[in-house]
Amino acid sequence: MTKNNTLTDTVSIALTGSGGAGVVTAGQMLVQAAANAGCYGLMVRSSGPQIRGGESAAYVRLGSDQVDNLGDAFDIMFAVDWLNVERFIAEIPLSENSLVICDAEAGDVPDVITATGAKIAALPLQKTAAETKGGRPNMVGLGILAALIGIADEAVEGTLEKVLGRKGSEAMASSRDCVHAGRELARDISQDGVTLQAQDNDAERWTITGNEMAGLGALRGGVRFVAAYPITPATEVLEWLAPNLAKVGGSLVQAEDELASINMAIGGSFGGIPSLTATSGPGLALMMESFGLALASETPVVIINVMRGGPSTGIPTKSEQSDLNIAVYGMHGDAPHITTAATSVSDCLFTTQWTVHLAEALQCPAIVLTDQSLGQTRAIVNKPADLAFIAKRETMAEGTENYRRYAVTASGVSPMSIPGMADGTYVADGLEHNPRGTPTSQAEDHSDQLDKRQRKLDTYDFGDHWAEILGDGETAIVTWGSCTGPAREACEQAAADGLDVKLISLRLLAPAQTDRFQEAIKGVKRMLVVEQTHSQQFYKYLRAHYDLPDDVKVFNQPGPLPVRPGLVHEQLKSWS
Amino acid sequence: MADTSEAPRLTFRSYKSDYKPVWCPGCGDFSVLNSILKALTELQVKPEDTAIISGIGCSSRIPAYTSVYGFHGVHGRALALASGLKLARPDLTVLATGGDGDGFSIGGNHFMHACRRNVDMTYIVMDNQVYGMTKGQASPTTAPEWEGSKLTPQGTGINPFQPLAIALAAGANFIGRGFAADQNGVAKLITEGVRHPGFSFIQVLSPCVTFRPEQRDWRDIVRPAPVEPTSNLSTAGKRLMGDDGFNTGVLFIGNRPSYVAESGGGTDLAEIEKSFAL
Repeated sequence: MTKNNTLTDTVSIALTGSGGAGVVTAGQMLVQAAANAGCYGLMVRSSGPQIRGGESAAYVRLGSDQVDNLGDAFDIMFAVDWLNVERFIAEIPLSENSLVICDAEAGDVPDVITATGAKIAALPLQKTAAETKGGRPNMVGLGILAALIGIADEAVEGTLEKVLGRKGSEAMASSRDCVHAGRELARDISQDGVTLQAQDNDAERWTITGNEMAGLGALRGGVRFVAAYPITPATEVLEWLAPNLAKVGGSLVQAEDELASINMAIGGSFGGIPSLTATSGPGLALMMESFGLALASETPVVIINVMRGGPSTGIPTKSEQSDLNIAVYGMHGDAPHITTAATSVSDCLFTTQWTVHLAEALQCPAIVLTDQSLGQTRAIVNKPADLAFIAKRETMAEGTENYRRYAVTASGVSPMSIPGMADGTYVADGLEHNPRGTPTSQAEDHSDQLDKRQRKLDTYDFGDHWAEILGDGETAIVTWGSCTGPAREACEQAAADGLDVKLISLRLLAPAQTDRFQEAIKGVKRMLVVEQTHSQQFYKYLRAHYDLPDDVKVFNQPGPLPVRPGLVHEQLKSWS
Repeated sequence: MADTSEAPRLTFRSYKSDYKPVWCPGCGDFSVLNSILKALTELQVKPEDTAIISGIGCSSRIPAYTSVYGFHGVHGRALALASGLKLARPDLTVLATGGDGDGFSIGGNHFMHACRRNVDMTYIVMDNQVYGMTKGQASPTTAPEWEGSKLTPQGTGINPFQPLAIALAAGANFIGRGFAADQNGVAKLITEGVRHPGFSFIQVLSPCVTFRPEQRDWRDIVRPAPVEPTSNLSTAGKRLMGDDGFNTGVLFIGNRPSYVAESGGGTDLAEIEKSFAL
């Protein structure tokens, strides 16, 4: 029997059910139990647009090492019922190697399932749950799944205590009974190649989402003022920051709209406090005019943009990389600024913290791009290392005479005075200005200031963090953001075929790092561009800024379906 | 912060910059600028501890004509930027300035929510019932039958916005109206507005002699409100809905506490990170 996924020691499990079936809870507990067994994993939550209830699905992938993305197909699908399963089935690739566990009383197995050739195990889920007072089939499922993949009872027990402990002993007891009953049911079924090896793991590990990572990156970077307007799928960044900012002496305000939130953040930053807001596509569009104000007035500010399907309201709950264009080119005027992108759930921390540092150092607004699939995925990861990137703004020296806020300097960065500093008063302005800050329409002033704002980015040494580069070979995958994980796995799949593939994932999208990129692709003869957009935004961006090899292929796929490693691997295979 | 009791008294000139305003001769905004400078002199706030935030429009040019910190931002968003500054830096004295188009049209939503939020700052709107910088279009406070604009040659036909009544309904904590030519009166309003906690809103009737020359006649119409300031919402509501827009003075003084962003501090980040541990 062949495995569904090439990464030899991962297990992929989809849990589906109608509203209230508790599959997300069961999925979370499964990940937690695997973590208790020393393993790693992640869970992507998939839901429709309903506010509460409605169908939902949890996609879990577990492994003995960190897992960055979903795999190609699911080893196991656990369906509490078949209601609305067709809404999710495109997100749940199954094969004849998959095992589908369902309720024997849930009716006929839908054709979309049987057509995959997957083995079906119809078990008395509801009936078993009903035998326990307060019993629920999702907990029966947890027991079945834990047994199938070899998670010991004490690892599950620890999770039950953590999740249900506060609900009282009755809830605990009934869940425990259901889990045990599930283990009994699992004796009658089997699935090859899904045993998760328990690890003797003494690494300090976290359970965290990408949105929380981004929030923490902001705090670690020194952000102490945040203006917030809720928007899916970015809200959790702000909700995490609200209490935690206050704990470290910062503050958060809920704005009336995104026009206000970006301006409030600019106001806070003008006051000398590193400031940030988080949003998604529609909010970013509203913020762009004032983002330009931050740029022209050289007031650092950071926007974390958690991308979702667009344009317009689009698909709020699902991932896509289609805000690349607006993040890089969205402003009127010549507007050099910083755009970065996180490459994994963990990297949401690094990239946000680094970006705060860059924005402050360069007195330049910055956009951090993450997306729904990074932001709302909960993962078990090793605790991220502390980084040296802390907000540090060059401020006016004490005793400066005839202070000129926008003095033309070699680096392009002019020391900034902060309210409270005597002799440093100035008017920050979105009007073009001369070095003193006085509005001007003179050609020379305009070109001086345009040059200066460009020079800040051109002369700054962004170091090695501009991209993640792995492996070597004449074939390269160039990608970014949440496509990085699947692309990396595709490289491993290709290596198994004997093809060496270099992976280049760009973390710094703007300013473009021409010399570094050309150096990185030296010797590369074929390039596969991988992105989750419909209009090949990333490929066009690469064409605009870099010299690419003659042989370039583009694999682009819009959301909401994730880019899967096997699809990328296929592209590599069909090349040779 | 240095001990202010030892510092020499700051004068009008301490707050004035040497820039020449872009305004037309006779513009009411010259007077309002003077009133702001007089108020700051009366308040004796240090220029470096004061900020004036504005949007876009003739009157939004004011920050540059003072020597305090300033931000001349985008159209309509002065109150948002000013709120962010004051919340992040509660130690500063923050004023926002602008015109009726900036504040009530493109910035109308922020106006309502700034009143509601009640951050401790003072908003001065120079109301001339016209867009001056774009050469004379109807604003939210323009009378419906005004035919002076090429954009609305038959008049707007729309009832004017009632800024004071709306400010009251939305929750502003101090509401006053002044007339530009009454420099001392406006300065007094601003001084009181700054001293009063929460969001203070001051409408200054500031004639546009270029596009609304008939506003020169305002000097004959304005009058001190024939009543004492009230802190009663219902009384103030009747007063504001009933007046003709030319009663000046303090019209409402509320007693809501200022909004401040929660900020405790004292927790080490490492402590917060423990919540992520397995």
